Amino acid sequence: MNQTISTRGIWRVIGASSAGTLIEWYDFYIFGSLATVIANQFFPKTNPTAALLSTLATFAAGFIVRPFGALVFGRLGDLMGRKNTFLLTLVLMGGSTFAIGLVPGYEQIGFAAPLLVLLLRLVQGLALGGEYGGAATYVAEHAPPNRRGYFTSWIQTTATLGLFLSLGVILITRHALDSNAEASIKKFNDWGWRIPFLVSILLVIVSIYIRMKMEESPLFKKLKASGNTSKNPLKESFGHKANLKMVLLALFGAAMGQGVVWYTGQFYAQSFMENVCKINFDQSRTILIWAILFATPFFIVFGALSDRLGRKRIMLAGMLLAICLYRPVYRQMLHSADIPAVAQVSSTAIDSSSRQILLQNGFQYTEKTSAGNTIALDKKLESGSYWSLVGLVFIQVLLVTMVYGPIAAFLVELFPTRIRYTSMSLPYHIGNGVFGGLTPFIATLLTTTYTNDKLIGLWYPIVVAGFCFVIGLLYLSNRIDPDVTD
Amino acid sequence: MSQIKRWFGVLWILAGLALAILLFRIAIHEMTSKPQIDTQIQWIVFLIVFLPIIAGLVIFGYYAMKGEYDHI
Repeated sequence: MNQTISTRGIWRVIGASSAGTLIEWYDFYIFGSLATVIANQFFPKTNPTAALLSTLATFAAGFIVRPFGALVFGRLGDLMGRKNTFLLTLVLMGGSTFAIGLVPGYEQIGFAAPLLVLLLRLVQGLALGGEYGGAATYVAEHAPPNRRGYFTSWIQTTATLGLFLSLGVILITRHALDSNAEASIKKFNDWGWRIPFLVSILLVIVSIYIRMKMEESPLFKKLKASGNTSKNPLKESFGHKANLKMVLLALFGAAMGQGVVWYTGQFYAQSFMENVCKINFDQSRTILIWAILFATPFFIVFGALSDRLGRKRIMLAGMLLAICLYRPVYRQMLHSADIPAVAQVSSTAIDSSSRQILLQNGFQYTEKTSAGNTIALDKKLESGSYWSLVGLVFIQVLLVTMVYGPIAAFLVELFPTRIRYTSMSLPYHIGNGVFGGLTPFIATLLTTTYTNDKLIGLWYPIVVAGFCFVIGLLYLSNRIDPDVTD
Repeated sequence: MSQIKRWFGVLWILAGLALAILLFRIAIHEMTSKPQIDTQIQWIVFLIVFLPIIAGLVIFGYYAMKGEYDHI
C-alpha cells in the first residue's frame, strides 16, 4: 500500500516538474525559432544601435545570462528550497515571454522596442538558467535510489518536447491565419508571431497552480530541519577543492560533450536542412518534428537502462557514436536532398531569373539563375527522400537521448544535497548554453571560411565530443551512488 | 590507471594554454578584419565566457596531475 502511495506521489512530482520545465523550454525556443521575424519587428538592420541590441539578445542571453542564472537561482535553491525557487523561475519565464508578445514594434515606439525585448530576453535566459537544476534535483530527491535514472529521464524529455511544441505551435499558427497560404504567412510575419508568445501565459498559469500545490523536496526539508543547509552555497561549490574538482569533471567529462550532441541533433540538423540542403521552411521543420516524436521515448529507455548499466557507459556510448556517425549521416542527408535524375513534369516561370520545377516523382524546387550560376532553392522533397531524412535526423536525436537521458541522475549523484542545486546547474548550463549553444555559430563560421567542404562545420561537435569522451573515459566512475542524502 | 590519469593532466594544462592563445588570435583577427561593433561585441562576449572556462580546464588538469581523481 505504501509503495502504491509512494508511486503515485512520484508521478505527481514528475508531472508538476515536467510541465513547468517543458513550458520554460517552449518559451525559450520560440524566441530562437522566430529570430528572423522578431529581428524585422524590433531590430531593423538600418539602425546600428538596434542591430547591436540584436547581437546582444542573441549572444548574451545564451552565453552569459544562462550560466549566471544557474548561479543566482542555484544559490537560492540551496538556501530557500527547491520548490520556491523553481516556482520563481517559472513566473519570470512566463511573464517575460508574455510581455515579449505585447511589446509594440520599432515603428511604433522606436528605440524603446528593441531595448525592452533585449531586457525581456535576458530575463528569459536568467530564468532558464535556474529552472532545470531545480526540477532535476526536485525529482531526483523524491525518486527511489534504484530507479533514479528512470524517473529523472522524464524531466530530460522536456527540453526536446519544448522544442517540439514550439515548432508545432509556430507551424500551425503560420498556416491558420488565412485560408490562402501566402496571405497567412504574411499575417504571421506582421502580427501572428505574437500568438505563440501570448499562448504561453495560459500554460504557465496552469503550471504555477500545479507547482504551488507541491511539497518541498523531502531531503531539503530534512536538511533544513536539522539546520544543516549551506550558509554560502557559491563558496562551498566553487571555493572548496573537494567540490570544485567534481564541478570541473561534470563539465569537461560529461556536460560539454552532451551539449554539442544535443545542439547538433536538434538545431544544427534543422539549420543544415534549410540552409545547406535548401529544403523549404515547412519540410525542414516537419522532418525534425517527426524525428523528435519517434525518438523521444528513448530518453526514458536510456534513463532506465542507466539504472542497470551505469550512467557513464550510456552517455559515453552516445558520444562515441556521434563522433563516428556525424559525417556519414550528414553526407547522406546531402545526398537525400539532391535533385533526382527523373523527367520534368512542368516548369513555371516565377520571374525573369527563377522558375518552379516539378519532377515526375513529385520532387519540386525553385531554380534561380544569378550571375551565370544556377542554384536550386526551396526544395520540396518527394516522399522517399523526405522519410529518408526523417530517419537520418532520428539517428541524431537518438544519440541525443543517449547522452541526455541519464545526465540528470548523473549530476544529482555527483554533489551533496546542501549545494546540489548550485553545483549541478553551472556545469549543465555551461555545457549546454555555451558549448552547445555555440554549435550553429561555429559550424557556420567554419562553413563560410572553408567553402569547399559542406560538412566542415561538423568538426566542432566532433572535436568537443571527442575531448569530452576521453576525459569521461579516463576520470568518470560508472558506479551509481545509492545514497543522495549526503 | 592512476599514472595515465596524471599524465593526461599535463595534457589538459597544455591544451588549456594552447586554446587560450588560439582564442586570442582568432578574436583579434576577427575584430580587426571586421571592425563593426556587433562583431566586436560577439568576440568580447566569447573572451569573457571562454577565458574562465579555459582556466577551469587548466585547474582540472592540475588536479588530475596531482592525483585528485585517482580514486574516483
